[in-house]
Amino acid sequence: MEKTIEVKGLQKSFKDIEVLKGVDFEVKRGEIFALLGSNGAGKTTTVKILATLLKPDNGTVTVNGYDVLAKADNVRQSMSLTGQFAAVDEVLTGRENLVMIAKLRHLNQPGQVADELLKRFGLSEAADRRAATYSGGMRRRLDIAMSLVGRPRLIFLDEPTTGLDPEGRLEVWKMVKELSKSGTTVFLTTQYLDEAEQLADRIAILHQGKIIVNGTLAELKSLFPPAKVEYVEKQPSLEDIFLAIIGKKEEKVN
Amino acid sequence: MTMELQTEMRTETVKKHYFSDIAVMLGRSMRHITRSLDTIITVTIMPIAMMLLFVYVFGGAIKTGTENYVNYLLPGILLIAIATGISYTALRLFTDKQRGIFERFNSMPIARSTVLWGHVLTSLVSNAISVVIIILVALIMGFRSPAGILSWLAVAGILALFTLALTWVAAIAGLGAKSADGAGAFSYPLVFLPFISSAFVPTDSMPAVVRAFAENQPVTSIVEAIRALLADQPVGNNIWVALAWCLGITIVAYIFAIRAYKRNAA
Repeated sequence: MEKTIEVKGLQKSFKDIEVLKGVDFEVKRGEIFALLGSNGAGKTTTVKILATLLKPDNGTVTVNGYDVLAKADNVRQSMSLTGQFAAVDEVLTGRENLVMIAKLRHLNQPGQVADELLKRFGLSEAADRRAATYSGGMRRRLDIAMSLVGRPRLIFLDEPTTGLDPEGRLEVWKMVKELSKSGTTVFLTTQYLDEAEQLADRIAILHQGKIIVNGTLAELKSLFPPAKVEYVEKQPSLEDIFLAIIGKKEEKVN
Repeated sequence: MTMELQTEMRTETVKKHYFSDIAVMLGRSMRHITRSLDTIITVTIMPIAMMLLFVYVFGGAIKTGTENYVNYLLPGILLIAIATGISYTALRLFTDKQRGIFERFNSMPIARSTVLWGHVLTSLVSNAISVVIIILVALIMGFRSPAGILSWLAVAGILALFTLALTWVAAIAGLGAKSADGAGAFSYPLVFLPFISSAFVPTDSMPAVVRAFAENQPVTSIVEAIRALLADQPVGNNIWVALAWCLGITIVAYIFAIRAYKRNAA
């Protein structure tokens, strides 16, 4: 299988603080790769280096076959970054945000591209409202839609569900799965274990500047002692209750 | 260079579209301005209020040696308006930095400088709008000028250069700021600079130390040059001093602004 991302011996320090101390991993084409780690583990630093926003101190990093230092523009052409905070222009409408990115990617029919994405992300009705009026989930959807303009082969999602309510979170998960089905490679960082478990084909854990585990969920599970069978009464979690009530309400409305 | 090498380079080089990218960026921030018309009002209302105050309240007591105090005052008022206007440029840059919009643009295959240039052009356009509004109000208040087209063009040129110089200063403030208040606050001293110049009163009425400062700071030469051009009088050396100040500030501020931008983007 073709490698979309190849990282070898990546090191990065900020002044005296060593954030990445020799990170190695590979991401295969078409997979969903989750970089897991606690706050401050260096996830965002890694993403920024892969997306050409930061320069590595040491090591080699190739994205879609291009070196991030020598061929930064080719890397930028071939991927899209969705940062930690929804980078939408709040003064512009949803549609204008998408048209702007389409123009900056020099696509032929920016208006048509925008309309298609708005439809795909369920934002058609809100298309002509300013993004400032959007809910957190809608803003994140618009943010991701903006990253999909021009169909990049690879998309980075840096903590895509941090700060979202449970519904918004499920929306984003659904979208990531659809993206992957359409052949896009997805690199996501998260601090939520269930998120990685739900989405990722491959999971790497970044801890104290190094990748300490890297593998599929099944491989990670096999690292631990075999499952014991225990009988536990399964109480619905507050999330289950919340989503069930909300779901019922929406059915009534429909 | 051989043919093969050329074709290979073509496929490996990502084409840059400076002008169309800058146009997109300009269109974006012009929307910001037209959608928050209150910023234009804020930018123009304070200088207009000052103009009313100085002409109708203090003006009678100020001896400038000219018959028409509005004519004397207008250049300084325009500079105050521009100094107020560029604080919004700083604010817009700060917001872009804060919201991660710079990150998005910088991770795209567009020239990094286009993002800054979009803001700079927007600053020029929006300040031009406020300058025109203030000149219209001044006309109602009795401002008259015998200046011909060439002199007016020269005035427009000096004002544009002054805006450009201060815009790059604003860019440093906006990119380096830690809070939105901080991004806007730097312009207060700039707004006050015209008061310690010949903008409102001739400098010979000031005490020696203040006078020395007033006569050698940029605002005085710019004000004097614009005033002479509008009055159709010989401008003398002032215009060259004014241009030197504007260009000097632009170059120094540009270097620091680009450095601040790269530090943010790096």
